Amino acid sequence: MMLQVNHVHKSFDGSPVLRDISLEVSKGDVIAILGPSGSGKTTLLRCINFLERPDSGTMVFEGKTYDMPTISRADVNAIRRKTAFVFQNYNLFLNKTVLQNVTLGLISGRRMNRVDAEKAARAALERVGMANRTDAFPLQLSGGQQQRVAIARGLAANPDIIYFDEPTSALDPELIGEVLTVMRRLAEDGMTMLVVTHEMEFARNVSNHVVFMDGSRVIEAGPTREFFAHPREERTRSFIRSILERDGKA
Amino acid sequence: MNDRVIQILRDAFPQLIEKFFTVTVPLTVLSFTLALLIAVVTAMIQYANVKVLRQLCRVYIWIIRCTPLLVQLYLVFYGLPSLGILLDAFPTAVLVFGINEGAYMAETMRGSLEAVPSGQMEAGYCVGMNYLQIMWHVILPQAFRTAFPSLSNSLISMVKGTSLASVITVTEMFRQAIVINGRVYESLALYSEVALIYLAFCSALTLLQRWSEKKLNAYGGAR
Ligand SMILES: Nc1ncnc2c1ncn2[C@@H]1O[C@H](COP(=O)(O)OP(=O)(O)OP(=O)(O)O)[C@@H](O)[C@H]1O
Ligand SMILES: [Mg+2]
Repeated sequence: MMLQVNHVHKSFDGSPVLRDISLEVSKGDVIAILGPSGSGKTTLLRCINFLERPDSGTMVFEGKTYDMPTISRADVNAIRRKTAFVFQNYNLFLNKTVLQNVTLGLISGRRMNRVDAEKAARAALERVGMANRTDAFPLQLSGGQQQRVAIARGLAANPDIIYFDEPTSALDPELIGEVLTVMRRLAEDGMTMLVVTHEMEFARNVSNHVVFMDGSRVIEAGPTREFFAHPREERTRSFIRSILERDGKA
Repeated sequence: MNDRVIQILRDAFPQLIEKFFTVTVPLTVLSFTLALLIAVVTAMIQYANVKVLRQLCRVYIWIIRCTPLLVQLYLVFYGLPSLGILLDAFPTAVLVFGINEGAYMAETMRGSLEAVPSGQMEAGYCVGMNYLQIMWHVILPQAFRTAFPSLSNSLISMVKGTSLASVITVTEMFRQAIVINGRVYESLALYSEVALIYLAFCSALTLLQRWSEKKLNAYGGAR
């Protein structure tokens, strides 16, 4: 077991956004988190990386147990250094070049020397097909390219797990493929990934496990094949149906 | 314009220029540096929402922005000595100009810090940096870029504003012109000459600002 969160609760201004969420991730898992808009998927990922503090809940990360509301800043940092986060809107450092975007966290956050950092950065950029744009600034790139750089930024630190929050939903349709391809390749290389997504094809073909959320709860979770072949809950069935209709495949 | 006036202007020019470069410019540079320091620190305190200090910053900005600069100069130079606080004219001017402009620039900096998208800070945390590292490498550089036109404004306005130091006996360029005029009585000509020197210098600064903005725009896009 690499990561486990238990009984996570989170409210914003008194209205619950996460209710008793529990989740398990083993090494090599690719877990797709599905659910309608507003169901709490982003908040869940943000809580897992402590960008939001849950009101209650525990986390087991690589054998150590933490109380999520009271976890120390040092523990948060230690956990973050073993994880990477890919945002919906990339959040590349706008004042840094592509190469600097990848090296900054290594040099300044992780105290790696410049030579090693640049080597790791170039290798990561190579993996996402962006090694030829090292000197460009983020706003000179397309959304798909920015997102690939963002993935490289996470990848370069050799994380144990990568969180993706709808990595393709800010992209023009013709740019989605290049990002999904990169993610699929990562999955094939055995990277552990927790992916919030609306891309059913990706969930179906790449993930090995699906978590379906609705109304701030986990409604159903299970192995991907079973989830799509025999959804147990009515809400799951209607969600899958509505997505297939949206994608014109019903 | 007759020969006498031309001769007066000719004689005055080197004296004015000398005061400009030995007093006006150093006064501006020192005051602006102090103002920038104050602005960055108070803006960062407010941005980070540090308790108590944050309120102190608001009070400082409130008082400074709501009282006239001229009054502040008089208060420090002519008022404080009766409390036993005696400062020379030049340091008084540096202090007052710095503290005064600092309040305005602090608001500029605060606005620019707040304009940096919050995702920049979050991304920094996610790659393992701490608050100060993110501020230094990511947030402040972007905020400075946003603030740059406004800060340039402050600098240019300060160059001219230093002429107010004349009222507390600092012999900067404008006071030098007053002194010369006391001997020759050519107000129109002499003060025009002074105005032209300010105009020339501030025009140069404006060009420098344009050029710097182009450089800063190197990192592309609309922001
Ligand atoms: N910082 C916040 N303050 C107040 N309410 C918030 C905040 N963040 C999220 N919410 C609310 O929490 C609920 C869940 O939001 P969240 O972004 O987690 O949903 P989501 O499943 O990611 O939705 P989407 O698919 O649209 O991204 C929403 O109702 C949202 O309005
Ligand atoms: Mg979301």
